[in-house]
Order: sequence, then structure tokens, then C-alpha cells
Amino acid sequence: MTLTQQVITIVMVIIGTMATRFLPFLLFPAEKPTPKYIQYLGKVLPAAVFGLLVIYCLKDVSIFSGSHGLPELISITVVVALHWWKKQMLLSIAGGTICYMLLVQLLF
Amino acid sequence: MQELKKKTKYLRALKAAFPYTIPIFAGFWFLGLTYGIYMNVSGFSFWYPMLMSLTIFAGSVEFVAVNMLLGSFHPIQVLVMTLMINARHLFYGISMLDKYKGTGWKKIYLIFGLCDESFSINYTADIPEDVDKGWFMFFVTLLNHFYWFFGATLGGIFGFFIHFNTEGLDFVMTAMFVVIFMEQWFKDKKHTNALLGLGLSLLCLIVFGADNFMIPAMIAILVVLTLLKKPMEKEVK
Repeated sequence: MTLTQQVITIVMVIIGTMATRFLPFLLFPAEKPTPKYIQYLGKVLPAAVFGLLVIYCLKDVSIFSGSHGLPELISITVVVALHWWKKQMLLSIAGGTICYMLLVQLLF
Repeated sequence: MQELKKKTKYLRALKAAFPYTIPIFAGFWFLGLTYGIYMNVSGFSFWYPMLMSLTIFAGSVEFVAVNMLLGSFHPIQVLVMTLMINARHLFYGISMLDKYKGTGWKKIYLIFGLCDESFSINYTADIPEDVDKGWFMFFVTLLNHFYWFFGATLGGIFGFFIHFNTEGLDFVMTAMFVVIFMEQWFKDKKHTNALLGLGLSLLCLIVFGADNFMIPAMIAILVVLTLLKKPMEKEVK
């Protein structure tokens, strides 16, 4: 690729990314009332999307080979337990991550 | 006096926003570094990760972009692939329509920086009454953007020299999304949509595989939530 072609490729990635971020705001501007259906989606989508993001983070975990997803399973259990117990975001995240690092570096 | 009031307003928003971004600091610093190193070993100078992290600010697609830049020149294919990878942002936008209202000029930047992490925090955070919501969300986005830029640039410059055992640090992002999922869970009375999101995504992952499951999962979520509109509307009220 020449430099110009590289620049065009990068600009395409920028346009594509920005399109997905700006489109909803362009389609449903703040001055106009948002359609009921879109308002409904705005309310019910986030919880579903957080579920999707959790699965997305785990997409490359293989249950049938390697460590069989055990480090992930154990560490997520630690995160859930810590968060249920203390409800302190940073503590739960740090606890789970340290647990995971120890597991993959020392045990698995 | 007016000046001073303004300054304390910014400072208060920054102080409230920063703690929420600490896990992202850890995650982005590491992922950004990985991305910068990846670009470095793929033969690109640090200018590439530096400028791309600044202008694109969407982690997953930036990793894919490395391969696109190494391949032959197909601009339309690049555009379509970017749209597919980032389609989930449409959901974020729809969910943030209300929250971003009345944020003035900051709105453009808030939308520009609407990545997974900015969305998750700005949607779920309990912003204190005395903190300006617009500035809070602005600083969350700005800090995230800075962490990513900082990591990517460092990785691009010093990639070759960094050798220490960070294996498993990327789990910080998984842990953060699990916590955010739980925060939303505690807030909601009914959990049909949360469980649907988990279940349908998992199902699509099994059926379509890691590289192709996102779009089917999004469509499945959209269709099922639309079909369940009547009973679900009773739940959210």
C-alpha cells in the first residue's frame, strides 16, 4: 500500500466508526420527540448489551482445550462474590483480575 | 468569582469521574500498549498507533485495521467491516439519547468517544447531585480517550523494550463488564432483558463462532425485545 492508500484506509475506519456512533443521534435529534419504540429500546437494551459485552470478552475462551475456561470461571466467581458482598467496583475488579493473573501465570 | 465557581465545577466533575475510570486506566494502558507493540512489530512507526488511537478510538477495530493496512487496498471492504464490528455502538447511541441531552458542545465529543467503556460507565454511574452530569460524562470519556492514546503511543515507541509478565492483565476488562452487568442487575427489578442478553449472545457464540457471532446476537436481541415489547413495558414501569 502507498501512503495515500493507507490514509484512505484509515479514513474509512474513522468514517465507519463515527457513522455507528453518530447515526442514532442524527436520526433522533434532541429537539424532536423520540419515537415510543426507540424510547422503549433505550430502556431495555442496556442490560441486554451488558450481557452481550460479558460474552464478547469471553468469546475466545475454549472449554474443550487448554485450561478449559477454568481460570475464567473461577475469577468471574470471585468478581461476582466480591461485588455481591462489598459492592465496591474497584475492589471486585482488582480482586478478580489479580486472581486471574495468579491462576494463568502460576497454575495453568 | 464567576471564574472560581466554574473552576470548582470542572474540578468536582473530574474528581467524581476519575475513580470510575481507574479500571479502564489499567485495561486501556495494557491493551493500548499491546496494540502499539503489535503495530510496531508489524512494521509501522509509532505515528500510526498514535494518530489512529486519537482519531478512531475503538479498540477492537484498530486491531483489525492493522491487518487491513498490511493487506491489499480495498476501501469499501474496510468500511463495511468497520460498520459490522462497530454496529453495537448503535445500541449505545439509542440508550444515551436521553442522557446526552442538554450537554451543549460537549455532546459532539461525547458521541465521538462513545466506546464500550465510556458507554458502560456513563450509563450506570450514580452521578452525585452536586456534580454537573455533562462534565462528569465528558471527563469519563476524555480520561478513557487519553489512557488509550497514551498506551498505544507508548507501545508504538517502546514496544521492543517492554518485557515483564503482564499475562492475564487483560482480564481487567472482563471483570469490569461483569461488575457493570451486576450494577445494572441491582438497579432493575426484573431481569428478563439482562438474561436475554446473556443467553442469546451465548447461543449465537456457540452457533456462529467467535468471529461471527456479534451481528446475529444483536439481531436476535433486537427481535426478541421487540416481540416482548408489550409484557416488557409493564416490567420497566
